[in-house]
Amino acid sequence: MSTPSIQTSDPFGAMTDGLIVVAKRECPTCVLVEPLLSRLAAGSAAFRLFSQDDPDYGAGIAGSVHDASLEHSYRLDVEIVPTLIRVEGGKEVARTYGWDRVDWQRVSGIDGLGKDLPALRPGCGSLTLEPGIAERLAIRFGKARFQSRQVALGDAEDPLEACFDRGWTDGLPVVPPTPERVLRMLAGTTRSPDEILGSIPPDLAPCTVEKVAINAVMAGCKPEYMPIVLAAVEAALIDEFGMHGILCTTMFCGPVVIANGPVSRAIGMNSGTNALGQGNRANASIGRALQLVIRNVGGGRPGEIDRSALGTPGKYTFCFAEAEDSDWAPLSVERGFAPGTSTVTLFAGEGVQGIVDQKSRTPESLARTFAACMRVVDHPKLAMAGDALLIVSPEHARVFIDAGWSKARLLQELVDLLKLPADDMVMGAGGITEGLPPSMAGTTVSKFRPGGILIVRAGGTAGLFSAVVAGWAASGAVGSTPVTQEITA
Amino acid sequence: MNDPGILLDPTAERSPAARTLLARPAALDGLTVGILDISKARGNVFLDRVDELLQARGIAVKRYRKPTFTRPAPTSLTQTIAAECDLVVEGLAD
Repeated sequence: MSTPSIQTSDPFGAMTDGLIVVAKRECPTCVLVEPLLSRLAAGSAAFRLFSQDDPDYGAGIAGSVHDASLEHSYRLDVEIVPTLIRVEGGKEVARTYGWDRVDWQRVSGIDGLGKDLPALRPGCGSLTLEPGIAERLAIRFGKARFQSRQVALGDAEDPLEACFDRGWTDGLPVVPPTPERVLRMLAGTTRSPDEILGSIPPDLAPCTVEKVAINAVMAGCKPEYMPIVLAAVEAALIDEFGMHGILCTTMFCGPVVIANGPVSRAIGMNSGTNALGQGNRANASIGRALQLVIRNVGGGRPGEIDRSALGTPGKYTFCFAEAEDSDWAPLSVERGFAPGTSTVTLFAGEGVQGIVDQKSRTPESLARTFAACMRVVDHPKLAMAGDALLIVSPEHARVFIDAGWSKARLLQELVDLLKLPADDMVMGAGGITEGLPPSMAGTTVSKFRPGGILIVRAGGTAGLFSAVVAGWAASGAVGSTPVTQEITA
Repeated sequence: MNDPGILLDPTAERSPAARTLLARPAALDGLTVGILDISKARGNVFLDRVDELLQARGIAVKRYRKPTFTRPAPTSLTQTIAAECDLVVEGLAD
């Protein structure tokens, strides 16, 4: 049985004075009070009964309605059944829920109501609050409003294919952004859906929290990832990061997202085994959400304004958490945030270059290995071009920690080891035309600009392997500087 | 209760929600026109005439035929047409 649509401003269905009961058959307390309904209906005031499940609940009682769509229950804001409401002058003046004999007698105004029943029985949850139902009701009956355009699909259109056809995906399937899913995603943040985070390059289109939520749905995020996704988008909008150039360049880079702090642990991000690889939903979907925002809101699509010659697989997603360790300062603290602060750091990174060293047992030897491998960033004969993200595995980190080397000490040693003789690197040296200008001959050059090396600890506990991720060859003020943003709400 | 037919637009909404047709060429000079016969009876009479008129104007024409009008074209056929032609004329009815 269908029920007529009612107005939000009149949840009592044109009732000015009377009683309303909302109940469901599957609730034992509702069954307990069922024999009382005829007494309530027989009173002088109007009476309406809304049964959420069984159309025969309260059968034969005048004013009985099967609330199959749950519209009445939703508009009456019922959380527990049975609920008894008294309306006077078109306004609710009293309400009780569950079975409390004294309360039911008070609200109904009927002395002796249910005198043979127990004094107290708790009620059951309203069907309106069943998982997945609340969002549907909010969308259908009007409390949820979206700013974004609604795109109607054809009757025979597969929603997944529709997303491909409209150019919304990165080449992999996306979760279709239905209003219900977006509403659930928005529940993951306390921020207003219409808050504008900034203008997303390359189109410099204003990006609302709602647009981020839509793309987060598509990327496969859970609502609890929203604060990190929002922080990552905000970080990408910091001017020094240079997201426009990162997107447009013919080089390889994309935003690498590195999470620190308790939020990343709470949502189960992977900082351990296979931290840079596949298999963890949070890692995979948070990095992907950022890229989808850039694609869909910013209009940054490969072959259009994204002119990367080769790209990198990290442009689908490249996101992981640091394996924080009390012996080594986390990246967030190195970058000026208080210990325990949750942050995301964005680095304009290329691919993962493995560093294999299974023999070094001293920090001096291992640091030399790292320096030798980092020297090839961009080209062994180039310097002060791309930054480097050094990802040290726990087994390698232990070599330094056991010898008393802090992260800062390792960083300084690497800076010193990467002061290189320009004579080996000038154009033509080694029979290679690429290289530094001839005018630099005879000098010593630093491979990386000051601040151009980031070190994080990540990876599984077995394996004497670390990795270097080369930065964009236009690192620093000319192009991209790593940025860190606190994760709030 | 759930309407699977509505999605929220993830873009900056700078293009129409409905997908638009590709722009039509202003002229056919230098382009290759594919003529697809869907195997519907006597469709060839019409398409043969279109073929004649195009060729009389010096426009390159390639002919294709679906095995049956009752099913969508085989993927290999649509790929071949897409690779070999700039535009297609398709006969859709008797």
